[in-house]
Amino acid sequence: MTTNFILAPIIVHFITAIILLCFWKKVLAQKIISVIGNSIAFILCVKLFELTLTNDYLVLQTGNWKAPFGITFISDTLSAIMVLLTGIVSLAVGIYSTSALNVSRIRFGYFFTFHLLIMGLLGAFLTGDIFNLYVWFEVVIISSFILMTVGGKKMQMEGAIKYVTMNILASSIFLTAIGILYGITGSLNIADIALKIQEVENKGLVTVTSLLFFVGFGIKSAIFPLYFWLPSSYHTTPSAIAAIFGGLLTKMGVYAMIRVFTIIFVPDNFTTILFIVIAVLTMLTGALGTLNKKNIRRILSYLIVCHIGYLIAGVGLYTELAFTAIIFYLIHDVIVKSNMFMITGVIVKIRESVDMTRLGSLLKDYPKFSMLAALVFLSLVGIPPLSGFWPKILLLKESFVQGNYVLLLTLILASFVTLFVIIRMWIEIFWKESPKPLTEEMDHFAPMPKSGKFALIAPIVFLTVVSLFIGFGANSIFKISEKAAYELKHKEIYIDAVMKTNT
Amino acid sequence: MKKRENNIRPKLDTIILKTATNYLLPLLIMFSLFVLIRGHYLSGGGFVGGLIASIAFVLHSFAYNTKRTISLFRFRPLYLIPMGLSLSLFSGLLPFLISKPFMTSIWFLDSVAVIGAFGSALLFDLGVYLVVIGVVLTIIFTISENV
Repeated sequence: MTTNFILAPIIVHFITAIILLCFWKKVLAQKIISVIGNSIAFILCVKLFELTLTNDYLVLQTGNWKAPFGITFISDTLSAIMVLLTGIVSLAVGIYSTSALNVSRIRFGYFFTFHLLIMGLLGAFLTGDIFNLYVWFEVVIISSFILMTVGGKKMQMEGAIKYVTMNILASSIFLTAIGILYGITGSLNIADIALKIQEVENKGLVTVTSLLFFVGFGIKSAIFPLYFWLPSSYHTTPSAIAAIFGGLLTKMGVYAMIRVFTIIFVPDNFTTILFIVIAVLTMLTGALGTLNKKNIRRILSYLIVCHIGYLIAGVGLYTELAFTAIIFYLIHDVIVKSNMFMITGVIVKIRESVDMTRLGSLLKDYPKFSMLAALVFLSLVGIPPLSGFWPKILLLKESFVQGNYVLLLTLILASFVTLFVIIRMWIEIFWKESPKPLTEEMDHFAPMPKSGKFALIAPIVFLTVVSLFIGFGANSIFKISEKAAYELKHKEIYIDAVMKTNT
Repeated sequence: MKKRENNIRPKLDTIILKTATNYLLPLLIMFSLFVLIRGHYLSGGGFVGGLIASIAFVLHSFAYNTKRTISLFRFRPLYLIPMGLSLSLFSGLLPFLISKPFMTSIWFLDSVAVIGAFGSALLFDLGVYLVVIGVVLTIIFTISENV
């Protein structure tokens, strides 16, 4: 179905950003406008998701140019899932930031940049043009540079330099890969490239190009040898920003990787083995990295790396069930990781520290909040029937069926390390007695006004409810993931949808 | 040698530059508009036009001072950015009225005097033009205020 509606969430975020520019330095107005904009965009994201599920495909040829010439926007099931997740997380983090961030950040255009970032993410998930994908990536990256450096503490700058350097490198590799791909096929439309690349005789060149894409997206999604920028930069930003980065930014790389390696390239034997090897190493290094860290945010950063390994492993297995598993995992991971970072933000408010050795007795002081956090922690580990359990069991089953026992072992090992780390975090932060005497001044949470507390806790409750729904309504999530996986494995549906809807 | 370089700044502050600027400012802005309009088929367009226009204002601030240049505007150049952005977005949304895809360019039937045929693409370029002026002037004025 051809419809302009596909762009609605993007345009709403853009309009919100424009309105925010008119209210430069007016903090209260910025907060209100941002929350309203986020809510409208969230409703539109849900609507877009519904429309995509009922119509299978929404396609838009912008500027009324026919398919291989103009820029195509297409929403299939995978895109719709990602758009919905972005809508949920951006609403939650948007509300959370009104209370969690200090005023100086808001005054210097935090919300403006935030909406541009979300706009870029939505665009990247919806575009059907490889160069346009690059442009959206740039929108996201430039916004994230600003979000990372605004505030300008020394530690933050150090993290930002690593982040910026690696991401610019990734972008230039990505751009080079697009250039080569254009040289081979003479097209930039993803569906058109997919058709033309089958006729290319020099298969070696195609494989090399596909690996360039793999490296480019690999840096962005933090896979094994290229991940080190992530743990050394994510822990420097405020929690609200880290929640968006940890939840969505790395997943954008994975999304692009899934898209490119299903529609455009069909990985040969060598590439799938490479995927599996890198996935195993990513999981191992990520898991081992968590063991000796004391800073909660650093641990979470390494957990992101570890769990990216799961997703890459699914791409490596390259079967329909594996794709179902990783799409399910993606849904679970985006929600839970964002929520974890928001919880650390609240912990900082309560105790002024993210160092596990200096935290303690939160369970005694804030029993309700602790129980909420426990639910999220256990969802991440995947204690049945919480949300992490189902995709992991699917992935384990698929790697067993495929006879890939090394991967199977690593998956189990990584899950156990995650379990161990999460339990240790739970004990250290919530259970044990606080090692230093607690004073009234340390607690910045208790003296906050009711509305401030609500804006901090409500988004966490919201995301927890969503992840509980993923756990208990696993059947419906599984069906949607299955549909997305089916579409990925049958790329002719995608190609037909793009090439035949010429208005 | 170094001393002479230091003397350049006050020497720029001469009557010749000031008088020339008074004539150059409108000329440059007219030229930038010319470049903007010509950009549909030939080289030029909103971005280059915007740069030329902002150079005109930078020249003015060299000849006089930044405060005087800002007083040429009724509002802060920062607000040119949202204006330009919304203009560009508006030109993209315009085809929704006749239920065509986003960014389809619409040509109005009657051609306008001087400009010629007038389409919604010109609105987009005009938006870019305003954004470029807004961004360049905001950056330069912020830096010169802090120095």
